Amino acid sequence: MIPINAVFGLGLLIFFIGLFGVLFRKNLVIMLMSLELLLNGVNVLLAGLSYHMRSPRGSIFAIFIIIMAVSEAAVGFGLVLSYFRQKKTYDMDEFNELKG
Amino acid sequence: MAILLFFLFAAFAVGSVLGMIISRNQAYSALFLVVAFASLGGLFGLLGAPFMAVVQIIIYAGAIMVLFIFVIMMIHLGEGISAEKKKWTIAAAVFMGIILLAEIVFAVKGAPAVPMAGQEMAGTSPTEIGRLLFTKYLYPFEITSILIIAALVGAVVLIKKREGE
Repeated sequence: MIPINAVFGLGLLIFFIGLFGVLFRKNLVIMLMSLELLLNGVNVLLAGLSYHMRSPRGSIFAIFIIIMAVSEAAVGFGLVLSYFRQKKTYDMDEFNELKG
Repeated sequence: MAILLFFLFAAFAVGSVLGMIISRNQAYSALFLVVAFASLGGLFGLLGAPFMAVVQIIIYAGAIMVLFIFVIMMIHLGEGISAEKKKWTIAAAVFMGIILLAEIVFAVKGAPAVPMAGQEMAGTSPTEIGRLLFTKYLYPFEITSILIIAALVGAVVLIKKREGE
């Protein structure tokens, strides 16, 4: 039996590393990757709870989260590509005007 | 044994996630992320969720990472690697390929003999998940198809070149 505290610690660690990436990296692609990490950290928590409670609900919730993550990645890359087409860079620092 | 494997996978996942955040090269970041997703898939298998493990490997380490690498390769216009480095890369690629082949052969040969980690827990087997998805959670499941259509159309509209550009 894997201790639930260890699973929680791992999930939270991955979540916060992802949060750090979203907040402190300026590269748009890295930011999107870090967003995926946030969702994965939550998935680890759900899998741990599902394992601990011996119930399939956590897995089902996690599967919905994965579906959502795929949709988010597709739309996010659409945004990144159209941003790159205009600015010719990935850097978030250039993202400072509202005019298209 | 399970606890040992858990901490091994956890260390791999956290290490490669940190590498992904710190690395300056986007392509390396993407490869670090593949390692992280694969080890998280192993973790899900250990936690008695075999279906989630498979979905994690196929969707994350497969589909999403191909998308990431596609975007990075499409835009990242750096110079190629030098000839000296290329020799090493080919040797490493052959080495890893042989290891992967051996692993696959080993896995296929030993597959029926290895007991699944999640089998003794009837609650989270793929059968149970499939049954619940199409009975109790039918409405959310159907609504995700609308979400996917919306995301697909949105991505196509965003990427499409506008008139006169």
